[in-house]
Amino acid sequence: MSLKSKSISSKDSLNKDERLKKISPFRVLLNRPELGALGGSILVFIFFGIVAGDTGMFSAYGMLNFLDVSANLGIIAIAAAMLMIGGEFDLSIGSMIGFAGICIAIPAIYWGWPLWMSIIFAFAMAVLVGYFNGIMVVKTGLPSFIVTLAMLFILRGLTLAITRLITGRTQVPGLRVLIEDDPMAWLFATDTFKWLFTWLGSMKLIELRTDGTPLATGIPPSVIWFIALTLFATWILMKTRYGNWIFASGGDKVGATNVGVPVGRVKISLFIGTAVASTIFACIQVLDAGSADTMRGTLKELEAIAAAVVGGCLLTGGYGSAIGAAFGAIIFGTVSMGIFYTDVDTDWFKVFLGAMMLIAVVFNNFIRKKVTESK
Amino acid sequence: MSNYLVQFNNISKFFGKVIALKDVTMRLKKGEIMCLLGDNGAGKSTLIKTLAGVHKPDEGEIIFEDKKIVFDSPKDALDIGIGTVYQDLALVSLMSVTRNFFMGREPQKGIPFLKTFDVNRANKIAADRMGQIGIDVRDPSQAVGTMSGGERQCLAISRAIYFGAKVLVLDEPTSALGVHQASMVLKYIVKAASEGLAVILITHNVHHAYPVGNSFTVLNRGKSMGTFQKKDISREKLLSMMAGGEELDKLEVELQEMDRIHQKN
Repeated sequence: MSLKSKSISSKDSLNKDERLKKISPFRVLLNRPELGALGGSILVFIFFGIVAGDTGMFSAYGMLNFLDVSANLGIIAIAAAMLMIGGEFDLSIGSMIGFAGICIAIPAIYWGWPLWMSIIFAFAMAVLVGYFNGIMVVKTGLPSFIVTLAMLFILRGLTLAITRLITGRTQVPGLRVLIEDDPMAWLFATDTFKWLFTWLGSMKLIELRTDGTPLATGIPPSVIWFIALTLFATWILMKTRYGNWIFASGGDKVGATNVGVPVGRVKISLFIGTAVASTIFACIQVLDAGSADTMRGTLKELEAIAAAVVGGCLLTGGYGSAIGAAFGAIIFGTVSMGIFYTDVDTDWFKVFLGAMMLIAVVFNNFIRKKVTESK
Repeated sequence: MSNYLVQFNNISKFFGKVIALKDVTMRLKKGEIMCLLGDNGAGKSTLIKTLAGVHKPDEGEIIFEDKKIVFDSPKDALDIGIGTVYQDLALVSLMSVTRNFFMGREPQKGIPFLKTFDVNRANKIAADRMGQIGIDVRDPSQAVGTMSGGERQCLAISRAIYFGAKVLVLDEPTSALGVHQASMVLKYIVKAASEGLAVILITHNVHHAYPVGNSFTVLNRGKSMGTFQKKDISREKLLSMMAGGEELDKLEVELQEMDRIHQKN
């Protein structure tokens, strides 16, 4: 109680404003875009805690499993969220994942490039694709929905055609042997905190294999990337000038232009961001599986947008958060994995995904009205 | 040296065959409020965009502090101190007061390449500035959408002044507002002028313009009908000059005629 009154009085003395209505901490929280996703995550954990608490879902191995899935989705969801805050969509995320995969695999396997060079090549292609998406949207004024839908087909088609032309197949295996000793691949293929898991295993605190090594060997690279990108994106949005430009570009393109925000540049950079995030996703998956598949990433763009929407992003732009999108991804990842631990048929996952998104949109719409309502 | 802060001399603007503006002249001193009156289609928007550097005038010259100026972009106009507040205000209602106030010109701190948006300083400046004009921003991180129309208008004007406007061009600042809100905005405009700014107030509402204006320029079909000092012209005269005048007279006659016929029947 004393803490609460102290915080209010210090705020009062700061503003010297007796008219400042005392807003309850709950109302402040309600005005944050990530509230819905945070609440949803908690509900999901409580649900699986009750339904699947004793099934091994919440063992170290089980947790890393659903965190890995969440993190992979989160990497693209955060980039999609930033683009949505900037007022645009990218439907080519999934196709970009497949395209980036073969941009790594074909040069490395068929052209004899070192793996690190193929990875750099893939990122360069991503920047090019993102730039093209961005410049098309900015220069033509066409809806990004249409431009990136076209890119969805173009990239997927290119991926399939080029791969079959060069390899005669639709999959490019054989990457695993190249990972060792590569100066760059470890960025996307190394489990971290292995010592911690070894120690936990030796203390018999986590599950062990029959040979005595722990079942969970370390934090997968996706989780590290996911956490780093969430922090980075949040820092950009909340703490930098560029972050303010993203909100402004999405909130009111004309107004932002009139006060000197370089809206075009902001949007192009955000499109490059989604393409690069797709490539990070592709690197992790390709190096983990040891092969590239032309169909990899199919429909991922919709999952990323769904996670961003559940995370509080408005479809009209100008509002949302990276942390929200991260929680949105955690919800989807947890449910998609958790459903295996329950008696529920996994076919129901998509039903859940759709229902969750619908609830989120209705909720966010309500919040937006609250935020902008006149006093 | 003339005692005018800014002069727009014989400005003309053509779009193909259409003459949007022809020989419009406006001269303003420091602290003067000039009201630019005109009906819809009189060329007000074209004139604003010419003042703001969006359009280049095809004829005529702009003289600012006795120097001839050519604007290549809206930024040039901003840089020398012509601040334009458009009707849409360039405010994003979902963003906070502070984030709107500094939109595009955020104060930064920190080392190069890792510069951050100095939110605390920005909050303080925004709250201070709004406080000076008697708008109590209870929390500068609240969304602009929670403010009233008059407060938003004042925020946009205050922002233009803070970022160095010497000449304020205001596009219909009171058109969407109720009486109380409009008077709040007009009061602020007078206050800004008293502090040495020159204000061009564009409106079609004579009742809002007349109490605050020092001089009045009437625009009709792209041409200036002349500039009048307040002492030389009445509110009624201004109203009838704004193209609508004659037509409203005619309308009145017609209505009387209809009334007469109606009574006969």
